[in-house]
Amino acid sequence: MQFVLNGETQDMSSGTTIQDLVNMMEVGTRRYAVERNEEIVPRSLHAQTIVNDNDQIEVVVAIGGG
Amino acid sequence: MTEDTKLSVAGMEFGSRLLVGTGKYKDHDQTRLAIEASGAQIVTVAIRRTNIGQNPDEPNLLDILPPEKYTILPNTAGCYNAKDAVRTCRLARELLDGHKLVKLEVLGDDKTLFPDIPETLVAAEELVKDDFDVMVYTSDDPLIARRLAEIGCVSVMPLAAPIGSGLGIRNPYNIITIIEEATVPIIVDAGVGTASDAAIAMELGCDGVLMNTAIAAAKDPILMASAMKKGIEAGREAFLAGRMPRKRFASASSPIEGTIF
Repeated sequence: MQFVLNGETQDMSSGTTIQDLVNMMEVGTRRYAVERNEEIVPRSLHAQTIVNDNDQIEVVVAIGGG
Repeated sequence: MTEDTKLSVAGMEFGSRLLVGTGKYKDHDQTRLAIEASGAQIVTVAIRRTNIGQNPDEPNLLDILPPEKYTILPNTAGCYNAKDAVRTCRLARELLDGHKLVKLEVLGDDKTLFPDIPETLVAAEELVKDDFDVMVYTSDDPLIARRLAEIGCVSVMPLAAPIGSGLGIRNPYNIITIIEEATVPIIVDAGVGTASDAAIAMELGCDGVLMNTAIAAAKDPILMASAMKKGIEAGREAFLAGRMPRKRFASASSPIEGTIF
């Protein structure tokens, strides 16, 4: 299964969840948010949301900015 | 003596009229100390992709901005169309557990970083409809400022000069016109370079000033943050006090009677 995570193509086994991706990203204790195909995936659904072929996933955090 | 009121944005009240960004600092320690010295209560952050395999122990910006002390203002910096700006705001709301206050900026060009007004209007309408409290970065065009307030933005934030330029208030007459017609707080966003610029913005009657580079790019950012705090306060007090009229010729301060000659 291929999908795009933060602009980079990834190849992973089917059944991978959003939570698996977040764990892989090592966001640590930082707050983060996830979007799939331009729609927010609420935090409460990360563990049960399975990534599909060709999905576009974004994982974001807050950083310094003006 | 005239008493000042607090800055009121989206039903929240703030004693400080200085809003600051968190970009361009050397490290989080310097960021924290500068924000403390500025006395700011509203602090902007940017929303960005996190990288795979990034160091999980990397310091977290939000850790130095405790929510009981600061109101976080996520921005849409770097967005060049309405769609990306709206997506960024929705990500920010999810990231901050339903937080509604956002700074909308839709840029038109990376040389000037001037706002793309048509896209800004589209994004503002969509965000207001989606129940966001929108503080919006815009040009110093009074007609656009009025339109953004009509759409339902909680604050209109005209630029004083290009973002990060430090050129100061380039068109005070437009800013005055925007303030005179204002139905929401007017906050000068971008372009101030030093404390006197901040004071001038406040003397014109702005409700506040938002800045980042003027503090972060100073040789001593923490001292400049303190200077900006004073500039904002001095300018606000001078505005409330009401300046003397300008006169072309002199007017002696000492009485003419009783001189010894």
